[in-house]
Amino acid sequence: MKIHPRHIFVVLCVLFLAYSFSIYTAPLRNTTELQQAASPAGEGRLVWQKYNCQSCHQLYGLGGYLGPDLTNLMSSPGKDSTYIHALLKSGNKQMPVFDLTDEELTRLLAFLRAADATGNGRPASYKTLWNGMIEQQHD
Amino acid sequence: MTNTIQPITKTFLALALLMLLLGLGLGVTAAHGYLYPDLWKNSAVGFSALRPMHVSSVLFWIILGATGCVYSGLWHKYGHLLSARLATVQLALWIIAIVWIFYNYLNNNFGGREYWEFNPWPALPIAISWLLFIINFIKVAKTIPQWPVYLWMWMTGLVFFLFTFIENYLWLFPYFREHFVTDMTIQWKANGSLVGSWNQLLYGTAIFLMEKISGDKKTAYSKLSFAMYFLGLFNLMFNWGHHVYTLPTDAYVRYVGYAVSMTEWIFFARIIYTWKQSVSSMQKHYHYFPYRFLMASELWVFINMGQAIIMSIPAFNLYTHGTHVTVAHAMGTTIGINSMILLAACFEFLDTRCYPAEGNKKWLNISFWGTQAALLIFWFSLNAAGIEKGLWQMGSTNTSFSTMMSGLSNWFLLFVYSGVALMITLGILAVVLLRNYVACNIKQRKQVTDKKEKTSTEIKFA
Repeated sequence: MKIHPRHIFVVLCVLFLAYSFSIYTAPLRNTTELQQAASPAGEGRLVWQKYNCQSCHQLYGLGGYLGPDLTNLMSSPGKDSTYIHALLKSGNKQMPVFDLTDEELTRLLAFLRAADATGNGRPASYKTLWNGMIEQQHD
Repeated sequence: MTNTIQPITKTFLALALLMLLLGLGLGVTAAHGYLYPDLWKNSAVGFSALRPMHVSSVLFWIILGATGCVYSGLWHKYGHLLSARLATVQLALWIIAIVWIFYNYLNNNFGGREYWEFNPWPALPIAISWLLFIINFIKVAKTIPQWPVYLWMWMTGLVFFLFTFIENYLWLFPYFREHFVTDMTIQWKANGSLVGSWNQLLYGTAIFLMEKISGDKKTAYSKLSFAMYFLGLFNLMFNWGHHVYTLPTDAYVRYVGYAVSMTEWIFFARIIYTWKQSVSSMQKHYHYFPYRFLMASELWVFINMGQAIIMSIPAFNLYTHGTHVTVAHAMGTTIGINSMILLAACFEFLDTRCYPAEGNKKWLNISFWGTQAALLIFWFSLNAAGIEKGLWQMGSTNTSFSTMMSGLSNWFLLFVYSGVALMITLGILAVVLLRNYVACNIKQRKQVTDKKEKTSTEIKFA
């Protein structure tokens, strides 16, 4: 049988859809992530987007480059909610002032706490495997 | 061939060039945020507004340009089958979306994500306009019995752009955004495939242009071209995992991304293998502007693909991820590859007779070489800054983030001023092309209308 480009295209598309479906349903298989899911964190994600925090900050190295990565901000020594509240209200050298409502601040903190709980975002602590792959190491 | 779609295809390209000019200006302004971090930081045009405005403008340059290229290519081969009405509505929806998006940005009304940082509503006209584009494409494609490879690539780019664009908005459903890791995985799955989609549209255009310039009709049907196309499609679908190596997602996602990314060595080997052939044809067509831009894009493919392959090895990725090396790669590909192909297409498809390239040859030559030199410095400075940041994040020094950033100021200075040079050189190219567009399509049309009116008045009086 002669293989037509259409056949290869269809096979690849079916594989792609199956792969996409497996990504979408990951939380249903992964009980840890299912337990971590929280509505305030989901709402906090919207606050993160509303104030365009990703323009300067990163989570797991993904985002902007002007400010530091905030994946493990909440578990960093001295970086508690009071510190974050003060920083948002007054800004610093490059960070503008953000006028968040109390509700928005609570949600944003819930989101940052949820992000922190997912793992360790510090590249220096990753382990390199024999095949070149990297693996997260928990503190 | 009389078909009213041709002026619309050119308007897509002209609008894309306007977005390029806007993107260049905004990019240079935003880049100053690296030198003067407190610049306008509390105003409506602080860095957090300038960055998305720059990203959106450049993204629209690529997407609108790709749209203009696909329409121009289709018009040249199968023009009479395209619907001018659909294309006009599509263009109108794009204009509405762009105005709406910039209005939102200027009012600091965000709410979206990386690449699409605007409030989600203006995404609707973009999605509808893309659907119209697909319908128009199908109208033509269904009548062609055997498709050349560029038609396959355009179809792939069209379908996957819509898929990834919709996928990009899955976060609107609480199920997705409440699961942090899955949400981030989907975001970068969509972003990775989105870039692959517009690459399909542009690489298809590059093959179409090569066929048009060289007159070689066989390559677009060859087995090797199709093998490369399917390898590209395979990468579009599965290689995005290299964006999320550090994310605690399922291990198979990272391994699939790693394994598929390594198939890019095949593309790399092919470029080296066909290098001699490329050089000899470059000598043959050197005088011809579109060809020169295509050759420049090939050189940038070589540089960026080499870099991409290294960055796709997780052990190296650890040093480059989240650093300016990633920005260098993004700039190298969007300016060096995407923009070079688009400029080649603009020189080919926009009428260059009314404001001839010959008359501007000196300036065009300076701008062409200036762009390549400035981009090389720009790319190098970002890589240098990124390597320093990479070493810092791997714990080479124990300094704070702000101290590390201050230490990069010399590289940022080089980055900003080579960016200014890029703005000038690319700007000259865009302005020459736009002057051509205006002279050929607006002034000439006006002259024809005036002439017609004059003739009809003369007839009346006679």
